[in-house]
Parts: sequence; structure tokens; C-alpha cells
Amino acid sequence: MQEGRKIRVLAAKPGLDGHDRGIKVICAALRDAGMEVIYTGLRQTPEQIVAAAIQEDADVIAMSCLSGAHNYLFTRVMQILKEKGVEDILVLGGGIIPDEDIPGLKAAGIAEIFGPGTDTNDIVKFIRENLKRHKAA
Amino acid sequence: MDDLEKLRELKAQYEAAVAKVLQKMPERRAEFVNSSGIPIERVYTPLDLEGWDYVEKLGMPGQYPFTRAVQPTAYRGRYWTMRQYAGFATAEETNKRYHFLLQSGQTGLSVAFDLPTQIGYDSDHELARGEVGKVGVAIDSLWDMERLFEGIPLDQVSTSMTINAPCAVILAMYLAVAEKQGVPFDKLRGTVQNDILKEYPARGTYIFGPRPSMRLITNIFEYCTKYVPQWNTISISGYHIREAGSTAVQEVAFTLANGIAYVQAAIDAGMKVDEFGPRLSFFFNSHLDFFEEIAKFRAARRLWAKIMKERFGAKDPRSMMLRFHTQTAGCSLTAQQPLNNIMRTAFEAMAAVLGGTQSLHTNSFDEALALPSELAVQVALRTQQIIAYETAVCDTIDPLAGSYYIESLTDQIEAKAQEYIDKIDQMGGAVAAIEKGYIQKEIQESAYRYQREIEKGERIVVGLNKFKVKEEEKPADLLKVDPAVADRQIARLKELKASRDNAAVQKALADLKAAAEGDANLMPPILAAVKSLATLGEICDTLRAVFGEYQMAAM
Repeated sequence: MQEGRKIRVLAAKPGLDGHDRGIKVICAALRDAGMEVIYTGLRQTPEQIVAAAIQEDADVIAMSCLSGAHNYLFTRVMQILKEKGVEDILVLGGGIIPDEDIPGLKAAGIAEIFGPGTDTNDIVKFIRENLKRHKAA
Repeated sequence: MDDLEKLRELKAQYEAAVAKVLQKMPERRAEFVNSSGIPIERVYTPLDLEGWDYVEKLGMPGQYPFTRAVQPTAYRGRYWTMRQYAGFATAEETNKRYHFLLQSGQTGLSVAFDLPTQIGYDSDHELARGEVGKVGVAIDSLWDMERLFEGIPLDQVSTSMTINAPCAVILAMYLAVAEKQGVPFDKLRGTVQNDILKEYPARGTYIFGPRPSMRLITNIFEYCTKYVPQWNTISISGYHIREAGSTAVQEVAFTLANGIAYVQAAIDAGMKVDEFGPRLSFFFNSHLDFFEEIAKFRAARRLWAKIMKERFGAKDPRSMMLRFHTQTAGCSLTAQQPLNNIMRTAFEAMAAVLGGTQSLHTNSFDEALALPSELAVQVALRTQQIIAYETAVCDTIDPLAGSYYIESLTDQIEAKAQEYIDKIDQMGGAVAAIEKGYIQKEIQESAYRYQREIEKGERIVVGLNKFKVKEEEKPADLLKVDPAVADRQIARLKELKASRDNAAVQKALADLKAAAEGDANLMPPILAAVKSLATLGEICDTLRAVFGEYQMAAM
């Protein structure tokens, strides 16, 4: 690692959706890939997610939502980050996200959306290549 | 024994022949193992069932230990209940879907509630933003519940409701609707899920901690035993445990361990096992490993019969019968090439039927993408009807019994599940094991192993990691919930609060609070609150003030 620090990921479940198999599998895969992962647990508000990301000095926020509330929740996270002047955290989304919602989410600043069936190696690779803060190994 | 000696010889010859073949042509894999880590042999023979006792292991259909079936005539008497889980948007829209499903030949209703309802929030709660009417129907008050069952006589359908933490409130609303329709409580048939223990490690829609939740559950057992005798008071659910990533063995083990905790809690609350035992029901997943699943259902049935008889001293055979609903595995469906999901679901449904399910939900092919569209749900229901009416698999009972493989696998699944149950007992039971995080950890490890197998190509998922196509065709008519649903729901809530007798609501909530602080059965004050038009959120807030809210630790 160039900066002697592991990539830090805040994994979060915004909203009321309790299906956390996916995010937990991703947490395990990112840890296996040498990243440091903090998982917030269920039912986080966008405010709580941003506060935790800042507090934990996260390089990446990875959110998962399967309930259909992603349009509100993901964009609200981006809005709060902007209000707080945080622009160097890479934000990813995943879950059951209809194709037609993806352009809107990307326009709001979500870097990528990973749908069902994603290979966790693709997420690892995406994070390494798109990190905004520092170039880690 | 002569026969077995001959067979040993025959098998030795066979193995010598196999060894020659293997030199030239190795098998597809070095090791064949099922999801539960049980090795799968090349071939099964009577040698695998040495000393196996038919009477002890199988008995007859409808007889202890109920391995073959809970009813003496099983599907020759009547098919399973075809029950598609459905709910979205508002009560009116869901009510239309119910009428459509009943007209299509569905034989029972199954209500899906949205997340705010499942977590005890009204639609205008801040945390409900973006979630109203999304994964199920939004229910805030008795008004919504009346609209949900408009034109559906409650003495003529059996209704399953997937509701857990606020189950007592939703059940009270259902009872109040029945009362308005003039249907006596003892004519009501149906099931409430009411299984909180699986929420902590698997499904996530808890409100209170395990201990006050257990009280609400035993209160429902007690109330229904007296007043709603045909109602299934709980559906002890392995489905979500499996969806969260467990193996088949873990699904059986953790579900039955939770079942043991509920039975023990009810006995501790002063009830007799044969009073409530016959109304306990179960809910399992049916995944893709066809024989493993069939064996799983049979093993679960036998294991539960033994637990109820030997551990809890049940005398009534109905207390020993494990009756269950099955849903095909949502987690086995792919967003890639969604039409393939029709085939997956059909095989899973067939396994459930061969395993003897009492009730079945088949998933719709578009569910990895959205809530089911009308076409997709119809295909799913037709899948069940084709199995029932066209394949003739229902004409004899437990047709795979006596298969060397099925019986050997049934025995092994039972034994491995029993090992887990013993371990959980040593930890102090399911509640303690959940509080220690043991069950969560076991499930997560299995989920990760499964994902790794897919990524390494050791487990093939057609259309996902093999036989991919470049351009994916997605179904055109995905169901989309109108975002205006939330506005309509909030407006209705305002109207309710403006038109009801608010003094009566406050009085009912105060009575409920007092009851919660003591140890009375909470069903009567909840029913009174519901009838006063107190909202679901108000009732749950009252209980939150007494019981507190459960917080899961971050990791």
C-alpha cells in the first residue's frame, strides 16, 4: 500500500429493509481483499450513514437496499454529503434497482450500482480503480 | 444376511469396474457434496440402510413419526393450499390483486405488508419515507384492513399474514374486520407468521427485544386457543433463515430450535403443550437441490414429532404433526435470463410437493427484478396447478419413501440437525444462541461459502456464471408502485385522526400501557385500541415506551 493504510469501507443498510445477506457477503469479500470494513447494521437513516462515514474516515460508502426505497434513500445520502462538503467519498449502491432508476442515481453522484448476481471481485476491482481519496494497493 | 453379503460382493465388483473407468475418464468433480456438507455417494444400495427399521423411521402416513405425511390420505384427499404471497401499494390495489388471484383459482390469501407496517410505523413516520406500499401493502388502521378484505367473506377463505413484531395488532385488526362482517372468531382460518426469533438473525423486521416479543407471542397462543381455535398461531419460519444463506440442515436445525423456544415459553407461561401444540405451523424454503430438499422436509417432520413427544410429553398426535407452508427459494432466482426462473421454481415446487407441504407459494419469474407482475404471478400459480392436476405425483403418498438415497439422506439431515439443536441447548436455547450471535455467524459463513462457490465456478447458475448471453432481455411489464401511494396513505391517516373520537383512542392506549406494564394478556387491550381506531404506529409506540426497542450491534 502506498499510503500505508487499508481502504476503509462503510457498508450500510439504509431504510427499513432487513435483507442483509448481500451486504454481509460483500463485507466478507472486501475484507478478504484486504479492505477494512465497518458494517452499520440495519435501519440506518441517511443522516446516520453520512455521520458514520465521516466519523470512521471512510473512503467508500457501500449501500444496499432491496425494498424499493433506493431513489429516496440513496439520493438523500448524496445530498447530505454535498451539504457537508464531502466530495471525496466513493459511494456505491446495490440491491434490487430497476434499470430505469440507474441514470437518476448516477446523476445524483452514486458511482456505480451493483445488481443481483454481481461477482464480488467486480466490486473489489471497481473500488480499487475508482477510489477518490488516495491510491491504495 | 446372505443377501447383504452378496450385495457387498456385487458392490466390490462394481467399484473395481468404476476404478478402471476413472483411470480413463475422471468424474465431473473430485467430490460430490450437498449444501449441508453431506457427501453424495456414487450409488446407494441397501448397504446404506443396514439395520434401518421401517416402523421406527417411517411408520404410515398420518402416524407417528409422520415422516411419510401428516394426514393418512395426504394429497389423495385434497391438494395443498395454493397461496401466493401478495401485497403492494394501498389496501384497494391489493384487494384487487386478491380478487384476481381468487378468480384464477388460488385457494388461500397471503398478505404481504410493507416495511413500515412490519416495523410498527404509520405511513407518515419519518423512517417510512420511500418505503410506503413498496414491498407490501400499507396498513395504518382498521380502515385500511377493512378495505383490504372488501368483498372477501372471512369465513370462506384462509388467510396467511406475514407479520411478526406487530402481529398482535394486525391479528386484532383482522378479528375486528371479521366482527364487522358478522363472522364469529371460531370460523376464522388462517395463519400469522408471528415468529420473532428468526427476525434477529435473518429477516430484520424486529421492534422489541426477544423477551417482550416472546410474551406477545405466548399471549397470542393463549388468546387464540380460547377464542380463535382454528387459527394457526405461529408459522415458525426457516424460509428466511435459508434466504439469509443457511444450508438445508441449518434451516431445519435453527427453525426447530426456535420452535422449541416457543413451546418452552408457552409452557413456562402456564399453558399445556396439547392446548397450543396442534396450532403451531411451520414455513420452509424449497431450494434447488431436489433430493436434499425432499429429504429435508421428511427429516423435519420426524424430528419435530420426536421433540414434541419425547421432550415435551405431548399426548395429542396433532401436537406432533409438523404442518408447513413452503415457498420456493427467492434467492435462487436470477435477474439474468429471468425466464429460467420459471424452471427453477417448478423444480423447487415439485420438491415441496414430494416432501409433503400443506401450502405452497411459487415465486414469480420477475422477482429478482421487482414485485411480481400479474402475468408472472399467474405463471407461478399455474406451475402449482400443473403439478397438482397434470403430473399425477399426488396420487400416491410419499412416493420416494424407501429410496436408498432419500432414506439415507433423511437420516443424515435429521442427525446433523439434531447435533445443532444439542449445541443450541447447551448454549441455553435459541434466544441465548441468538443473543450470542452464534446463529447469525453460522448463517453468514454458509452464505459466503455459497457465493464463493458461484464465483469460483464450482456451483453453476445457468445464465449467470455459465451459458451467459450478451444482450439480456428483461421482462417489459415490471410492476412499479406509484410514489403517490405514500401521499394518499398519509392523507387518509390525517382524515382518520380528524374524524375519530380521540379521547377514546387515548383511553384505549392508556389501558394498553397499563396492561403492558403488568403481566396481563395484551390481546384484549390491543383489540380495544384497534377498534377505537388507534393506529398501528400509536399502538406500537405505546408498547415501545414500555418494552424498549431492540438494537443490533454494528460489526
